[in-house]
Amino acid sequence: MALQDKLAGNGDAFYSALMDIHEGLSEAQSHALNARLVLIMANEIADLDTLKNLFKAARDAGQNSK
Amino acid sequence: MAYDYAPFPYIAPPGLTAPEPRHPVVIVGAGPIGLAMAVDLALHGVKSVVLDDNNVVSVGSRAICWAKRTLEIFDRLGVGDRMLEKGVTWKVGRNFFGKDEVYNFDLLPEPGHKYPAFINLQQYYVEQYLVERALEFPDLIDIRFLNKVTNHTDHGTHVSLEVETPDGPYTLETDWYIACDGAGSATRKRMELPFEGQTFEEHFLIVDVEMETSPFGDDNTPERWFWFAPPFHPGQSALLHKQPDNIYRIDLQLGPETDPKAEATEEKVLPRIKAIIGDTPFRLDWMSVYKFRCAKLDRFVHNRVLFVGDSGHVVSPFGARGGNGGIQDVDNLGWKLANVLNANAPAALIETYNEERTHGSAENILNSTRATNFMTPKSPIETIFRDEVLNLATTHPFARKLINSGRLSRPCSLADMSLQTQGDAPVRPGDALVDAPLRGPDGDTWLISEVQGKFTLLGFGDTQLPNIDGITRVGINSRAEYKCFNATDDHALQRYGIDTIYLLRPDGHVCAVFDTLDIKAITAAYQHAKGT
Ligand SMILES: Cc1cc2nc3c(=O)[nH]c(=O)nc-3n(C[C@H](O)[C@H](O)[C@H](O)COP(=O)(O)OP(=O)(O)OC[C@H]3O[C@@H](n4cnc5c(N)ncnc54)[C@H](O)[C@@H]3O)c2cc1C
Repeated sequence: MALQDKLAGNGDAFYSALMDIHEGLSEAQSHALNARLVLIMANEIADLDTLKNLFKAARDAGQNSK
Repeated sequence: MAYDYAPFPYIAPPGLTAPEPRHPVVIVGAGPIGLAMAVDLALHGVKSVVLDDNNVVSVGSRAICWAKRTLEIFDRLGVGDRMLEKGVTWKVGRNFFGKDEVYNFDLLPEPGHKYPAFINLQQYYVEQYLVERALEFPDLIDIRFLNKVTNHTDHGTHVSLEVETPDGPYTLETDWYIACDGAGSATRKRMELPFEGQTFEEHFLIVDVEMETSPFGDDNTPERWFWFAPPFHPGQSALLHKQPDNIYRIDLQLGPETDPKAEATEEKVLPRIKAIIGDTPFRLDWMSVYKFRCAKLDRFVHNRVLFVGDSGHVVSPFGARGGNGGIQDVDNLGWKLANVLNANAPAALIETYNEERTHGSAENILNSTRATNFMTPKSPIETIFRDEVLNLATTHPFARKLINSGRLSRPCSLADMSLQTQGDAPVRPGDALVDAPLRGPDGDTWLISEVQGKFTLLGFGDTQLPNIDGITRVGINSRAEYKCFNATDDHALQRYGIDTIYLLRPDGHVCAVFDTLDIKAITAAYQHAKGT
């Protein structure tokens, strides 16, 4: 399943805002922040099948991680 | 073959022997922006004196990537064809992560435009073409090489300058002082104007090499290759791009903790180049180590002193917005200053240069900053995000959109700024015109060649445009007493619609659109766009 772009031109603004919320945090604090983000976003997505698909996509892409 | 830097002649200026009459415009700096400024003003009939402390074109290429809108402006200035002919037109960009290609894009040219999305051409050629063009206006442009401006004073209604030459100093007076003296602008420093923004910690090695064999494979198609963490340069980024004369641009990120002097030596650089291109023979053409920053002045208009180009704003080069942004400054200022000097518009029109171009440069800074931040993650967590975007990108299109190795310059929209009249149309008020092929009484031509440089009313089909003093009329698929063209392959009709009447500014931006032929409304929009 290939995930299509839904940010509609706001990709750069989103990415830069995401970097901004990590500004000044230690690495451990950043990981904790990321975990909270996943939980918050999951709740917003809400649909369990969708979430499971996204989990799989994230896990599969990790195969290439160096 | 290496570029031949022939020096321009120094001629002793008249001011050394007797005071010169006050000039309407003095341009400080004959880089691409100062030169383009002089040509633009000359095309509007305005005289200028251009002073430069040097007497050769840009040593080393620096800017290589010129965007479509810039080329359209250069077309109006009379150097676009030459640039297109000499330049390398590229369209495929490839992004690599490690050794693997994660994503490529094709700037697929849409048919029906005179200029492609980008060409690559060394800055020294651009400056050479502009100097040669400027010399075609001997009565209007007075270029003085080896004339260094050492001081200036704004007297409210005019500015005086002190100039240093090989034969000693002299003074000049001018109604308008245009500072095109580049990123290190001494004008800006003398005025103690804050130049604020972000400096990036990373050093970059920028190298031009000449080689016969194309690194892009057998068919020699010019491409743009960008690597995140390539095997030949671990943990850093690298860029490879083609220029004319078999010259290739290589950018290598060096990290924050480098000694720029030690890095810019053949001993250090040659192995780095060989690691990328292998055993192919090559010649080192130029190299330099930079630390980049994004910064701008708060205002570009300071009474009689106007900042244009790098003197007013600088960006990191990823996205190629420095020179391209400066040319849009020139395009924006030229007609305004000419109208003010010819008493066709109030001096307040100059203030809209400040409004429109501080907006444009803020947009360029935003994009360049984001690209540089993506390429040079500042913390472990930023590195993780960046790397995982790249990992996701092989499979997921959404992630490809997030890869940012430079968002290349696009025309800046001036929508909702004070000179435009509100309205809605396929090309909106504030947008730069969109080119289209035309056929006219003198054969094939392009919309950009027919309507730029003057206020133009553009109508389609049966519409009969009214004759309003100061406005040129152009009809598409019309029959009328003014100049008319046919829309080749209907491109112009598809891009503009057939029901709208457009009022274009001399810089090719739409300033108003009309559904009906309302002479009063058109006249009002025209006056409004001239700041009256
Ligand atoms: C590595 C690199 C890559 C780049 N790539 C791109 C790119 O691909 N595309 C792009 O659009 N831009 C690019 N840029 C940016 C581009 O080079 C600049 O934006 C451009 O040169 C600005 O032109 P300018 O005329 O404003 O200033 P400059 O080119 O700096 O010219 C200023 C001129 O003023 C003169 N001067 C200075 N002080 C005085 C004085 N006191 N008296 C008289 N004369 C004076 C100087 O001699 C010089 O000729 C790049 C820059 C770098 C460094």
